[in-house]
Amino acid sequence: MEMRTVYMDHAATTPLDPRVLQVMLPYLKEEYGNPSALYERGRAAKDALVDSRETVGKLLGAHADEIIFTASGTESDNLAILGAARAHEAKGKHVITSAVEHHAVLGCVEQLAKEGWRTTVLPVDEYGRVKPEDLAAALAEDTTVVSIMLANNEIGTVLPLREYAKVIRDWKKAHNRGPLEAPFLHTDACQAAGALSLDVAKLGVDLLTVNGGKIYGPKGVGVLYVRRGIKLRPIVFGGGQEMRLRSGTENVAGIVGFAKAFELAQADREAEGNRLAALRDMLIGGIQARIPKVVLNGHPAERLPNNVNVSILDVEGEAVLLYLDAVGISAATGSACDSASLDPSHVILAIGRPYEFAHASIRFTLGRSSTEADVAYVLDQLPPIVEKLRAISPVKMQLDGTIVGNASAFVSDGRPHWERNVILNEVKNHSSVGTGPTKNLQDPSLRSG
Amino acid sequence: MSDDIRNERTGERWVYSPTVRDHFFHPRNLLLDEPTEGSFDASGVVGSPACGDVMHVWLKIDKATERVSDMKWKTFGCGSAIAATSMFSVMVSENGGMPLADAVQLRPQDVMKRLGGLPNRKIHCSVLVDKAFRKAANDWFRATGQVERIQVDGARVVDPATGVTDKDIEEAVLEGAVTLEDVQKKLKAGVGASEEVRTEVEQLIRFYKEKYYG
Ligand code: FES
Repeated sequence: MEMRTVYMDHAATTPLDPRVLQVMLPYLKEEYGNPSALYERGRAAKDALVDSRETVGKLLGAHADEIIFTASGTESDNLAILGAARAHEAKGKHVITSAVEHHAVLGCVEQLAKEGWRTTVLPVDEYGRVKPEDLAAALAEDTTVVSIMLANNEIGTVLPLREYAKVIRDWKKAHNRGPLEAPFLHTDACQAAGALSLDVAKLGVDLLTVNGGKIYGPKGVGVLYVRRGIKLRPIVFGGGQEMRLRSGTENVAGIVGFAKAFELAQADREAEGNRLAALRDMLIGGIQARIPKVVLNGHPAERLPNNVNVSILDVEGEAVLLYLDAVGISAATGSACDSASLDPSHVILAIGRPYEFAHASIRFTLGRSSTEADVAYVLDQLPPIVEKLRAISPVKMQLDGTIVGNASAFVSDGRPHWERNVILNEVKNHSSVGTGPTKNLQDPSLRSG
Repeated sequence: MSDDIRNERTGERWVYSPTVRDHFFHPRNLLLDEPTEGSFDASGVVGSPACGDVMHVWLKIDKATERVSDMKWKTFGCGSAIAATSMFSVMVSENGGMPLADAVQLRPQDVMKRLGGLPNRKIHCSVLVDKAFRKAANDWFRATGQVERIQVDGARVVDPATGVTDKDIEEAVLEGAVTLEDVQKKLKAGVGASEEVRTEVEQLIRFYKEKYYG
């Protein structure tokens, strides 16, 4: 019998839409010209680039010349943060971000800290949102870049970006700074691209990142929106492509595919969003009804329509994933055991949960292929798996985070390494940079997505 | 369901071996109910400093022969921890039970060999059961008045400047550190800043690398 397969890891990546592949194919075959060349083949490629830039610009409510194509969402984040911070360092060397960002953003901030920048990592509330007043308090004369994501990849919470934009606008007004002067607001919108409006004017952002691999487009293509007139310093040098901001021969097929994928995703956004939100709520409700001791991670309402993230207490996430995989279901976890660095999810820790909750977190992310039957299948398969693993587990946690029993497991054996690091830092007081938590910043993790 | 998948060129194994999967999906010697008072002779519980998981083992020991007649366990841990513990429990209790004196000599590698290997970053999971077992053995030695047989791996400060101990270095290696730089990064401390300390730290790194990965 064919085993049923249910892919519920769309936040990690999405399959390529066949319609997208169709428009890409000519540029992988006959239209192989270099867009910088002046002969016919080159011009065809150039035209395709111009059209794609136009399309993407329109979808963002931006001008075509505000669109920079890069090779990934990570590269776009790097160009935005490093590029803006370095170009405006005469104004000051302070950048602000949040504790729930993707490693692509946190890694940049960590790098700037090493290069002597002052960095602030803002805490978040229990749902993963930065409080606007915390941002207001962190802004200073030397702040040049604020990077806060639009929607979180792990727990699905949508952050009130317009409020952050207003805080920055008000601050600039009070300090006599024009719109083209620092501080600038960057947002990583990779997870939001298929679900929310990305109108840059409405969002009030200066820089915005999107990529192809999350919207049924090709992997290896990213976009950075850069508001007209804002200076960035490139991070890649060479032939001066992409308005001198991103050298390297353009990935024409990828860019054409990205534009098509983005167009399809945005056209479908509301209908698909409603469909997925209904499935999402069915899955969350079903899990909570069938499995005791489950907490929802992320905001109950202000969340991406495709994201379900629950901590199923007393079971370890990697073990759950292996059992799910055995019945054909693909999902993700924030457990330390499943990450290359053996660190638990920094996002689940940032929303104030103990690390056991991160270990026990399972993320299901729905997508175009998801059906009601898929949700029903997961709801059938998951409870017995949890029951089995709970029987194996010596840990008995309460929903409020208190542990029954094994509190002494670590006493003579040292604490888990991420806790040890924090303790060490506190004791030595050697964290000279950053006003927020800086742990877990430099370990790239497998669970990115 | 994918079985053991190997990269042809590098031989790198990135999915658990069939034996690991068997023990993971059908764990042996699990303790399903809470143990009743006096139903076991010794027990031990440890947490994993590498990943934060918890392991609990219970032993029955034949008083006359001091063989391990039964080992039961529970774990809040990943697939490797479940499989390694299951295999360990089989090894100490099969064939009429292993003499406790031999069982405490079992090394994580012995378990891994029987499992057909574990990915490098999962080696600490098999160390976890090893530690829990030795704690239970100590529990037995204490209960039977054999205090001289109790073994504790005490921590020794190797770098007075940072307070880093040999155990810190062992754990850093188990978390994947292979060079002095890695260890410094893992411990977020400039361990080994002075010349003589550095030599000792590097020796310890080599020692633990060989112990667990060699
Ligand atoms: S027990 Fe956590 S990684 Fe194996």
